[in-house]
Amino acid sequence: MKLTLEIWRQKDANDKGHFETYELDNVSTHMSFLEMLDVLNEDLIEKGEEPVAFDHDCREAICGTCGFVINGVAHGHMKRNTVCQLHMRNFKDGDHLVLEPWRAKAFPMVRDLIVDRSAFERIQRAGGYISARTGSAPDANSILIPKDQAEAAMDFAECIGCGACVASCPNGAAMLFVGARIAHLAFLPQGQPERAERAKAMVAAMEQEGFGACTNYTSCEATCPKGISIVGIAKMNKDYFNAKLFSGGNLGGKD
Amino acid sequence: MDKAIGFYESTLGKKVVMAVTGIILFLYLVGHMLGNLQIFLDPAQIDKYAHMLHASAAFLWSVRLVLLFCLGVHIYAAFQVWWRSRTARPVKYKVFNPPDVDYAAKTMVWSGPIIAAFITYHLLHLTVGLDSLHPNYEHLGAYNNVIAGFQQTPVAIAYIVALLLLAFHLYHGLWSLFQTMGWDHPKFGPWRRPLAVLLTVVIAAGFISVPVAVMTGVLQLVGG
Amino acid sequence: MKLEAKIPSGPLADKWASYKDHAALVSPANKRKHTIIIVGTGLAGGGAAAALGELGYKVKAFCYQDSARRAHSVGAQGGINAAKNYQNDGDTVFRLFYDTIKGGDFRSREANTYRLAEISNEIIDQCVAQGVPFGREYSGYLANRTFGGAQVSRTFYARGQTGQQLLLGAYNSLNAQVNAGNVDVFERTEMLDLIVIDGVARGIVVRDMVSGEISSHFGDAVLLCTGGYSNVFYLSTSAKGCNGSAIWRAYKKGAAFANPSFTQIHPTCIPHAGDYQSKLTLMSESLRNDGRVWVPKKTGDNRPAIEIPEDERDYYLERIYPSFGNMVPRDVASRNAKNVCDEGRGVGPTGRAVYLDFASAIERLGVDVIRDRYGNLFEMYEMIIDEDPYENPMMIYPAPHYTMGGLWVDYDLMSNIPGLFVLGEANFSDHGANRLGASALMQGLADGFFVIPNTLGPYIAKGKHPDVDPSCAEVKEAEKGAKDLIEKLLKVNGTKTVTHFHRELGITMIDKCGMARSEEGLNEAIEKIRKLKKEFWSDVKVLGVGESLNQELEKAGRVADYFDLAELMCLDALRRKESCGGHFREEYKTEEGEARRDDENFCHVTVWEHMGEDQAPQAHKEELEFEYVELTQRSYK
Repeated sequence: MKLTLEIWRQKDANDKGHFETYELDNVSTHMSFLEMLDVLNEDLIEKGEEPVAFDHDCREAICGTCGFVINGVAHGHMKRNTVCQLHMRNFKDGDHLVLEPWRAKAFPMVRDLIVDRSAFERIQRAGGYISARTGSAPDANSILIPKDQAEAAMDFAECIGCGACVASCPNGAAMLFVGARIAHLAFLPQGQPERAERAKAMVAAMEQEGFGACTNYTSCEATCPKGISIVGIAKMNKDYFNAKLFSGGNLGGKD
Repeated sequence: MDKAIGFYESTLGKKVVMAVTGIILFLYLVGHMLGNLQIFLDPAQIDKYAHMLHASAAFLWSVRLVLLFCLGVHIYAAFQVWWRSRTARPVKYKVFNPPDVDYAAKTMVWSGPIIAAFITYHLLHLTVGLDSLHPNYEHLGAYNNVIAGFQQTPVAIAYIVALLLLAFHLYHGLWSLFQTMGWDHPKFGPWRRPLAVLLTVVIAAGFISVPVAVMTGVLQLVGG
Repeated sequence: MKLEAKIPSGPLADKWASYKDHAALVSPANKRKHTIIIVGTGLAGGGAAAALGELGYKVKAFCYQDSARRAHSVGAQGGINAAKNYQNDGDTVFRLFYDTIKGGDFRSREANTYRLAEISNEIIDQCVAQGVPFGREYSGYLANRTFGGAQVSRTFYARGQTGQQLLLGAYNSLNAQVNAGNVDVFERTEMLDLIVIDGVARGIVVRDMVSGEISSHFGDAVLLCTGGYSNVFYLSTSAKGCNGSAIWRAYKKGAAFANPSFTQIHPTCIPHAGDYQSKLTLMSESLRNDGRVWVPKKTGDNRPAIEIPEDERDYYLERIYPSFGNMVPRDVASRNAKNVCDEGRGVGPTGRAVYLDFASAIERLGVDVIRDRYGNLFEMYEMIIDEDPYENPMMIYPAPHYTMGGLWVDYDLMSNIPGLFVLGEANFSDHGANRLGASALMQGLADGFFVIPNTLGPYIAKGKHPDVDPSCAEVKEAEKGAKDLIEKLLKVNGTKTVTHFHRELGITMIDKCGMARSEEGLNEAIEKIRKLKKEFWSDVKVLGVGESLNQELEKAGRVADYFDLAELMCLDALRRKESCGGHFREEYKTEEGEARRDDENFCHVTVWEHMGEDQAPQAHKEELEFEYVELTQRSYK
């Protein structure tokens, strides 16, 4: 099939950037979206034009590296998908597709469709962990976790950190990502000791990065490749509220 | 007080403040609506109610000040949240179609300011009773004030439109506040939206019934 | 070349304990004064960075991804083994050790493999403490599943994303250490060379993949945790960015490369579809728990699967291996899939696929149980193939997946270059000629969290080396070499893309050095690889500049290394005149067509030494001594 691609090209963070249009023939319906771009890039190189830079790695929808906006939708129109597992059979002959990078102040441009998501790193480093010193863990079965609770934790742990939630939020908010990270650990008994501190630290870090606020558009949930639920956001709100107003760290009354 | 200020500095804190003031304003709306519905009882009833509310100036003004404060804070926080989100995406998308966006969520940005304008108009119209806005305002003559006011069809329609907007605002605000406050549970979580719809419909129907009753002639002016 | 494995003396089961009893320690005050450079942030690298940070070392961790959490450990699906015996089905540390060493066809070191099995239990404890949401029973206890090559149920899992969850656990621990100020992480940074001063590994040369800036980092030890080199086959289950350049450049600096030809072709992957294909997608081996593998009995049977009656299907694994059935180890499953396809009984549009059928499992357990166990894998399959695996059997075919070979290390995980340690898939030590399912995650975490914190100390305790002078000849030379290579690649300005050459190389490798190898084929391959390499250096086209983000340049540097690595793999496969595990030489097989080992002549690790550019590498031997297991003909019948 034939496609028209309108792709954002930007050499580096200082470049202004512009759209470039490419016509593509002979796109196989079995290709993934990224394989289609591979073919485009091969053609460009052979013609002596610089290929389109895009982030990708595992191509199995698990590493969270890839992602851009296709016709206004993060990772394209198919639900629970990443661009690496989005197949061309979901498009029609003659489609005109506009490809743009994730756009957010907290995700500065790197090149073409690549942005810098290190804001996510800083948020996770602020407290998105359980401090479990190696070697000090008790036997794995010494703390039982009800199956539904473990499953709930897993539902949020599935987040791949791709940034689609930010990209598709009209407010440019990172709530779903941070909510998922907080909810994952909040559902587990092992996560309780640092729960309040974690919520405070991660939210504070998130706010510093310049993400927008949540106004419950819910488009994050709709475009999340892993279908993470906004229940995670509620959980984060509650943990943050409780941590900030009712508990002083873990000592109650002292901060 | 460090904690509270730190809390408010976050957008999460601002949203909680909006939720709490929203709850207070919502409760006021419930009371306001119940007061209004007395118009369908004996005509003297609502006037009596008006007099009762004005019996103690101290009480009346404390309530008014609390409400004004809540409204002010609600609007201020909303503005800050809006501004923050506006600046979170300096380069806009050429094409942007985020899926499954709640329609009511989109309306918040402009339904808020319009409602604020409406409240001002409403206060001048039926509380202050500006001559330029109301044909025949009489202090504490609630029954006739309302009916005379709504007998001007454009005014009644403006009220109805504003109330419908308020309904959207309420619906999104109500279910949002559950999220903001973190009130969620696998069992009742799914009922948050239906509950918001139900409350919104009741409130909106209660308020809108009055101008509709006047326009359809169910409610008539009374003499004296 | 001195190859001293430094295996502690004493009974097998006591070796590790006695090692720890006597290992030299470094005081906390002194640890702070030592910088450890770690390349790669997967389970091995991320775990090592976290654990060494906890101990108080100054750690610098590097990864080419934009986040440490994206290292390709993330892709592992099925699970992680441990000898917990939570199922009361007779599992022990010795049994896990034995299964692993037998699975590897007796080509790994007893002591290393035993240590791995021993540590496996601590790993599960550690992961649970980190918040890894393993699958559980309704009672709240941890659940297990069965994996290939084992008759006990010892595999722990987190849905079909065990690798992702374990990596997040390690990543979280790493982040805690970053927050504590003990670890610095350098993302989007690629190692280009190893700095060796006075015969000791002292640092690395890296390229910032965004700015293109080349710089050097120095430390007291360098840990390479960079995974495997399956991408030498072009199409593999590895991430696109996975590469062998870090270990290859260390090899060129003198590190010995062990058993390069030991690669694993994973049996359950989604079949190849077209020329544009960029990678192969793995379907977890756990699927073989409930799926039955079959092909039609007749050759060229083109009927849709569901129309082929039961008595015309050949459940060949169950037929040939009645006691292990569909759960035979990966090498056996893969080779048999290849055999039936070679016979013309393969299915699917290309004839290079076999069925993996869940019909009887769905009938026995109900569709809900199957969905609960494999739902996400079935979804992924349907997304790629556009066919519902609940209705039609899946089509699968083997794909390059894991490389057992890697840099040679001793018991301490140190290579023959003092100060250069190699962890996880990047080393050669634990899996012999074939790796059992659910043991890669085990090795990565064991090496990173539990082995290196104990084995680095004795090296550091020997005394601090003087600080590296950034302007010394060794550093300048390494930096210049890295810059020259980039310049050379950009200068060729030929007509063909990097991917073109990589694809060609892959076709040769999978054909001649894949599931079956022969002397004739390997010689042919070497010829072709040399020709391709020459063509590459005269006709490759890499656009852009070195001083910016340039993905083609990154690829070109990696592919340039693959030519040499591929040749070494072929040389190694040629030299090993026996069949063992994943290394199957057509000339050496039993009458039944199974791999025939030659313990008399090849019970050793082949260790290759780089002798200089365009010089034949030299092969050395590390003899494998088996004191506790008896070398038997591996049988899963």
